[in-house]
Amino acid sequence: MDYTILIGGAAGQGIETVVLLLEKTIKRSGYHVFTYKNYMSMVRGGHNFMQVRFSDKPITTYSTKVDMIFAMTEETVDFHIGNLKEDGLVILDEEHHRGQDYVHLTLQSIAKEIGNQKVVPTVGFGAIAKYFDLDLEIAIKALGETFKGKVLDLNIEALNRGYELVQTQFSLEKKKDDRIIINGNQALALGAIAAGVKYYCGYPMTPSTSVMSYISAKSKEMGIVVDQIEDEVGALNMALGASYAGTRAMTGSSGGGFALMVEALSLSGILEQPVVVVNAQRPGPATGLSTRTEQADLRFVIHAGHGEFPKMVIALRNPQDAFYQTARAFNIAEKYQIPVILMTEEYMTDYMMTIDPLDFGKITIERSIADKPEGKNERYKRYKYTEDGVSPRLIPGKIQGVEILVDSHEHNEYGNIDESIETRINMMKKRMKKLEGLKDELKEPDQLGDENPDILLVGFGATHGALLDAVARLNNDGMSVGALVYGDIWPFPTKLINKLGKNAKKIITVEQNMTGQLESLILEKTRLEIFDRILKYDGRAINGDEIISNLNTILEG
Amino acid sequence: MTCEYNLYDPSWCPGCGNFMIRKALKQALEELEIPPHMAVVVTGIGQAAKMPHYIGTNGFNGLHGRALPPAIGIKLSNKELTVIAESGDGDTYGEGGNHFIHTIRRNVNIAHFVHDNQIYGLTKGQGSPTTAMGQVTTLQFDGVKIEPVKPLALSLTMGAGFVARGFSGDVPQLVELMKEAIQYKGYAHLDIFQPCVVWNKVNTFQWYKDRVYKLPEDYDYTDFNAAYEKSLEFGDKIPTGILYKVEKETYEDRFQFIKDGPPLVDAELNPMDAEKLLKDFY
Repeated sequence: MDYTILIGGAAGQGIETVVLLLEKTIKRSGYHVFTYKNYMSMVRGGHNFMQVRFSDKPITTYSTKVDMIFAMTEETVDFHIGNLKEDGLVILDEEHHRGQDYVHLTLQSIAKEIGNQKVVPTVGFGAIAKYFDLDLEIAIKALGETFKGKVLDLNIEALNRGYELVQTQFSLEKKKDDRIIINGNQALALGAIAAGVKYYCGYPMTPSTSVMSYISAKSKEMGIVVDQIEDEVGALNMALGASYAGTRAMTGSSGGGFALMVEALSLSGILEQPVVVVNAQRPGPATGLSTRTEQADLRFVIHAGHGEFPKMVIALRNPQDAFYQTARAFNIAEKYQIPVILMTEEYMTDYMMTIDPLDFGKITIERSIADKPEGKNERYKRYKYTEDGVSPRLIPGKIQGVEILVDSHEHNEYGNIDESIETRINMMKKRMKKLEGLKDELKEPDQLGDENPDILLVGFGATHGALLDAVARLNNDGMSVGALVYGDIWPFPTKLINKLGKNAKKIITVEQNMTGQLESLILEKTRLEIFDRILKYDGRAINGDEIISNLNTILEG
Repeated sequence: MTCEYNLYDPSWCPGCGNFMIRKALKQALEELEIPPHMAVVVTGIGQAAKMPHYIGTNGFNGLHGRALPPAIGIKLSNKELTVIAESGDGDTYGEGGNHFIHTIRRNVNIAHFVHDNQIYGLTKGQGSPTTAMGQVTTLQFDGVKIEPVKPLALSLTMGAGFVARGFSGDVPQLVELMKEAIQYKGYAHLDIFQPCVVWNKVNTFQWYKDRVYKLPEDYDYTDFNAAYEKSLEFGDKIPTGILYKVEKETYEDRFQFIKDGPPLVDAELNPMDAEKLLKDFY
């Protein structure tokens, strides 16, 4: 079984409420859920829609075809009727009469009888629940988590009235539920909290804001300073101050805000001050499409910062990955005293997905902070030359007689301004030397499908779920297809792609940008040839269906 | 515990006001008996901003205009440190203007010493946010065409609880002002006049000396209106001393876990402490 319900309407009409109730009720009945969310950048009006997909098997992408459209506006029908399966159903209020092909329900008049127009979404939820045979008890419990008191009573009545409106078409056997449902930003935030982030500062910008707001909601309980600062320029500078003092610090934004942080990213490079920065990508240039998705910041992020300094960039692939990679990022940042940038994408910051519970026991915290200076009675060298380029890091205020000086100029081992040729060359080498250790730390891309495929798809970040789906289906059809999906992307790991790429007949990249930024990186770092590319840059996420159809078009030549 | 601060050879021009400011800073810290490892000087970029290289405190010499954000991050991370942000007029009121405004709003317990020579020194003589209208500079050849910032009036109206002005030509007074600023519980703004002997031929040592006068003994620094009036006095006579000082709750004290707990940096980190958060996702 594999069903998709599309709920569409204007902002402010309560789509989110229906979706939340559906997600909870279906998940708690023991099924896998995946909700694809599609917003316009407005608070009221416009056309928003979400697709709740559920199955008894894991789901990692949304489906192009839908089984039901629950339309709160006529526009919803016009936009999505082409995606309805042949035996699919459209539900809308009787007020929007669209002919006998559609099911018209008395949602608004029931709400009127109940005496509150705000319960319209819950009446609709009741009808959907009946249609898919969802457990009423679970549904009412979910209602109780959203509404309280008298409003809850009204909503329970609305649910029951909606439940009477249609006939059950499917039967859902109740199963054991031991999964969680989460989005990428929540998982990222949990990873940061597990890793001991004590300082998060930032400026709100979609789609990064929900990382900050989640940590903020838990800040009192977990003892974390969350500071909404005046701008992103200040944010990264502030995080570097917190890091200097010894707390685990983090900031985040989207492309435009990240652009403002770039000078301080370079500062992090020369100060050798560890910090974790999130760039939640959305389509640019400039304001672009604020609530949509893209992977067009790859080249920008890996090269961000004037001058040359080591940094690491990790593209997050799904909520599970976001959790573990974020926690790992803090350890790497401190081990090598570098900035680590986590790249995510709007698509993944918003989609909700059922996954196995995150394992906090797997998280380790490695601070890499020295507790005493090496030499006695000599001035502390913050930038001491070492074999691996990493100088023992102390934090201020902990040892009498030890003062710590960090500096944005080129400096000597003490951190004092030094313009000599010798110091410049030695310090450049010292900083860049850290890349050697970092390279050993890199994780090769996630390998999907055939172990030695004829056709090798290559992507990064949040296309992981779509690639996983496409590759599995193509393998089922007997095609020799595999995929590599990059997480650690800078420095660029080349072992696995070289190994698989040499044997593959065709390498095809899959990216959500126009210029093929990953492709250019592969060409730069390997001798492989790219046969063709699947590029999507309309601001909407690519899914498994689209990868398959695009691939077929390419192969048919 | 020794509270003596080492000094290192500076690259300032002979006669620069920075020498006297550093002298006052060393004396203030030593008289307050703050051990060097507990003091942090955070700066941006400019001649004033080189301070951490020339005095043996902890130092964070960051980016132009950005002394205040890291200073806040440091203080909130370790409330036991004495945090001093120090930079020039261009750095603080120009490039860092946005941070200046919002740092005042926060009222973090840091002292802010602004070396105000009314000119850009390091970049060789361009007009700064405090350069007078009409003054000819190495960039504004027919004179500065924009009104200068009024730093003390600005910080006062933004709600600063400690607003003062000193002069590098009066070290004993400057030491006392620095001590007051460091001991003040909250954001303390101290604007310090200093001559730039090379690039500012208008606001010379003599120019300041002829104009500055100490606020009288009976001046009431808790009177906001009086302070506001004094903050605008910038003609033949310019007042020095504490213009305004009142008690205010600090930003860090609004975080209960900072106020009552150990310094944030001393928190024990354990991933399992966060596991309970997972319950919201079932």
